[in-house]
Amino acid sequence: MHELAVTESILAITLKHTPPGQRVTAINVVIGQLSSIVDDSVQFYWDIASADTAAAGARLNFRRLPAELLCLSCGARFGLGMPAEDGFACPGCKSEVVKVVQGEEFYVEDIEVEG
Amino acid sequence: MTTIPIIEKILSANDRLAAENRAALDAARVFAINVIASPGAGKTSLIEQTLKALAGKLRIGVIDGDLATSIDADRAAAAGASQAVQINTGGDCHLDAVMVQQALPQLKLDDLDLLIIENVGNLVCPASFALGTHKTVLVASIPEGDDKPYKYPATYRGVEALVINKIDLLPYVPFRMEYFRQGVETLNPGLAAFPLSCRTGEGMPAWLDWLAGQRRK
Ligand SMILES: Nc1nc2c(ncn2[C@@H]2O[C@H](COP(=O)(O)OP(=O)(O)OP(=O)(O)O)[C@@H](O)[C@H]2O)c(=O)[nH]1
Ligand SMILES: [Mg+2]
Ligand SMILES: [Zn+2]
Repeated sequence: MHELAVTESILAITLKHTPPGQRVTAINVVIGQLSSIVDDSVQFYWDIASADTAAAGARLNFRRLPAELLCLSCGARFGLGMPAEDGFACPGCKSEVVKVVQGEEFYVEDIEVEG
Repeated sequence: MTTIPIIEKILSANDRLAAENRAALDAARVFAINVIASPGAGKTSLIEQTLKALAGKLRIGVIDGDLATSIDADRAAAAGASQAVQINTGGDCHLDAVMVQQALPQLKLDDLDLLIIENVGNLVCPASFALGTHKTVLVASIPEGDDKPYKYPATYRGVEALVINKIDLLPYVPFRMEYFRQGVETLNPGLAAFPLSCRTGEGMPAWLDWLAGQRRK
């Protein structure tokens, strides 16, 4: 349960980038499957944490990016399925020489403000 | 309506505090590790065995993160830690850089060579919060099962060493070491791994060598 810390961090980043006198209407956050586990309770904390700030009532949008593996033998890209018997092997050529190429993102992408 | 592009990492405030902790440790020439694992994997047992083996060679401090009790810090003190500090997280499922920053003044860093931080037993959250230690060590254990790298990929990706504890139980528990190691290798290629038993002491020397070698770097 570290959603509160995550919420406070998102709020601090948001307010730092909000021009004086403007109001934040939305925050777009990108979360990779391999990064911090964050669930929808963040919106609940957000409503409390952002009260009385320029971001009060703003909508939090999460764009979730699935983890992706790249097969270094045949070049195929594939997702991280549930633990299959052959582990993380490439579904195409069964090679086990693969690497993670997407899924570790965890950042505020942009915010929407109005005057 | 205007869109303001940002692209700023969440938890960067924690990362900044972690960098301050690191600077304090470096200034005192203390090498620090963050030990993470699920509850009961053997974090405290590993710390006890490490303390016993290195007593008299290195001055070792221990910070113990725990939800409420001081049992683990007491165990570390009994096993020979030169200094042991307890952090009660008050329900938080992980240590963060702020908690460590508050604990550091309780230690005389100049009198230490090595600082071992035992994180709260949890395989998910500690992986997201840097503390400022030089290395993060994950303790896996045989009874947890061989599928853990597949189920907790983020945790296995973010560590610099892996202890595979309780190998004395391999005859009794189904555990496909190859399957386990392949998952680890994909997520964290070349990760230093130490299969060992805190119970029998088998495998401990390789771990102790690695630890001593890291400190000299
Ligand atoms: N068989 C066996 N048991 C072990 C080994 N290492 C630890 N244990 C046992 O595992 C249990 C948990 O060990 P701890 O060292 O307290 O585990 P921990 O990770 O510190 O646990 P928490 O701090 O509560 O999360 C204890 O009963 C230990 O005796 C081992 O190598 N082999
Ligand atoms: Mg413990
Ligand atoms: Zn392939």
